[in-house]
Amino acid sequence: MSRQAQAAVLFLIGGALLHASFTDLYLRYVKAGLRPLLLVAGVVLIVAAVATVWYEVRRPRAAKGKAAEDQSENQSGIEHHDGHGHVHREPRVAWLLALPILALILVAPPALGSYSAMRTGTALQKPWGFADLPAGDPVRMSLVDYAGRAAYDHGHSLRDRQVKITGFVALDRGGTPYLVRMALNCCAADGQPVKVGLAGKTPPVLQPDTWLEVTGTYTSKRTKDPVNDGVIPFINVTEAKPVPAPRDPYDEGGGG
Amino acid sequence: MTITKAAPPRGDRRDVDESRGSRVDSSLVLIMLLLVVVALQGPIREAVSTPVMQSWMTVFVAVVVQALPFLVLGVLLSAVIAVFVPASFFARALPKRPALAVPVAGMGGAVLPGCECASVPVAGALVRRGVAPAAAFAFLLSAPAINPIVLTATAVAFPGKPEMVLARFVASLLVACAMGWLWQRLGRTDWLRPPARPESEGLGKGAAFWGSVRHDVMHAGGFLVVGAMAAATLKAVVPASWLQATADNPVLAVLALAVLAVLLSICSEADAFVAASLSQFSLTARLTFLVVGPMIDLKLFAMQVGTFGRGFALRFAPVTFALGVLMSVLVGAVLL
Repeated sequence: MSRQAQAAVLFLIGGALLHASFTDLYLRYVKAGLRPLLLVAGVVLIVAAVATVWYEVRRPRAAKGKAAEDQSENQSGIEHHDGHGHVHREPRVAWLLALPILALILVAPPALGSYSAMRTGTALQKPWGFADLPAGDPVRMSLVDYAGRAAYDHGHSLRDRQVKITGFVALDRGGTPYLVRMALNCCAADGQPVKVGLAGKTPPVLQPDTWLEVTGTYTSKRTKDPVNDGVIPFINVTEAKPVPAPRDPYDEGGGG
Repeated sequence: MTITKAAPPRGDRRDVDESRGSRVDSSLVLIMLLLVVVALQGPIREAVSTPVMQSWMTVFVAVVVQALPFLVLGVLLSAVIAVFVPASFFARALPKRPALAVPVAGMGGAVLPGCECASVPVAGALVRRGVAPAAAFAFLLSAPAINPIVLTATAVAFPGKPEMVLARFVASLLVACAMGWLWQRLGRTDWLRPPARPESEGLGKGAAFWGSVRHDVMHAGGFLVVGAMAAATLKAVVPASWLQATADNPVLAVLALAVLAVLLSICSEADAFVAASLSQFSLTARLTFLVVGPMIDLKLFAMQVGTFGRGFALRFAPVTFALGVLMSVLVGAVLL
């Protein structure tokens, strides 16, 4: 790859990173906390691209000819030894950098959805403790908070209160609907679901990956996740209405 | 794929005009590639709209996006080492005897606040700067595992189990030092075939610095993409329920999590949380996951091939894996 082409690739990666971090696109793939680092990396890559072009333009002609000669050797993949016994080879692997650029700019794959959720075991951890529910009827809480209270507190702190939780729909092989929220630790490669089964007045038609806001009450019904034997609590649905996907599909903030 | 079309073979190396042609070529190919993909974006989007492909692409993009800032950090550090830090600095900072330099460099890994993507280019720069390879490899292996950020993440992921943090620190440092000493004993420099670097002699510091950054990003970045593709394929295709079957057998559990750590290629700052959720496995098995993962995984292997050469990576990686498993089991037996 010539230096101009390398500069173009550097510029495109940097631009794609900046694009992703300015438009909330990055929240589909990584934690919100990574944003400053993404911005810095994007800027550094663009500066590197500009610097490459700048020094290329200012380079003396003689050096250019020599570099071009090296380049032709490298590009033809011929191995040759210099005085130090090293093998010189410009990696064609650099071309692969075009793939994430295209994926990020053209396709922009969606956040992890029902497919990943049903293949991965529920990651519900036992909470530290159970604070009293805030006021409000129905009381809005995070899906993870509800699942923790329902599974490990047997609903004592929930009693008969109406709760409102948000997540996306996933169906298991038997057709049982679940409301799911994926949680990230670092990036989507380590995304793990927390699942809550839907019982009671569930909508007649449920499309996987649609986001629902479910209002309901605690039920003692529960099941085991076939993937890792984790506990999946249920919620007794009284009302379910479709909502747009939240800005950050993974993190609900607070109450988790 | 277009990669094979990228560089038409050239027989005559002396023919400058001819190679000028090839310089135009790669820019041209890049432009054509972008145009073709933009023109075909409809069919391409359709082709990747199945759940498997979507999940593959999400994980692929996520691994790359997550790793790039750390790669850039490592590349900047390595350019600083290559251009602004004189070789004599390392000669003074590290003990003369390699046997002593290894543990010092291993402990030095504690100051690089990043994950494994940053440590590969930095270790490469250290070797080029005249640091004994044995010491540089101890740094390469220990840095992603024992820095304060990773240890803090481990403490948060395993609340009430501080021995897990200690075990991770001890086991990782032991493996790193053992690998350093092993390299000093058995390693041969002709296994190390670092790829060609741009000439930096006679260039200004600025040109040398940005030349090094450009080269390392293109190089390590390309191999990062290879590793991300492998990790995404495994994550999207291999069902997690296979793991369940191995959890009950103590020996199989350790091996299964060691292999999983290699295949998943999770960033070392996040792997503790994943290990914590694998609660059906023994603590020793999960320690193995935390020790092996930052030292050798698909993404790292690809990047090591790029930085130190294939002959090195093919020998270094299996030994690291075996030592990592062994040391985790030993430390786990003592501490956990």
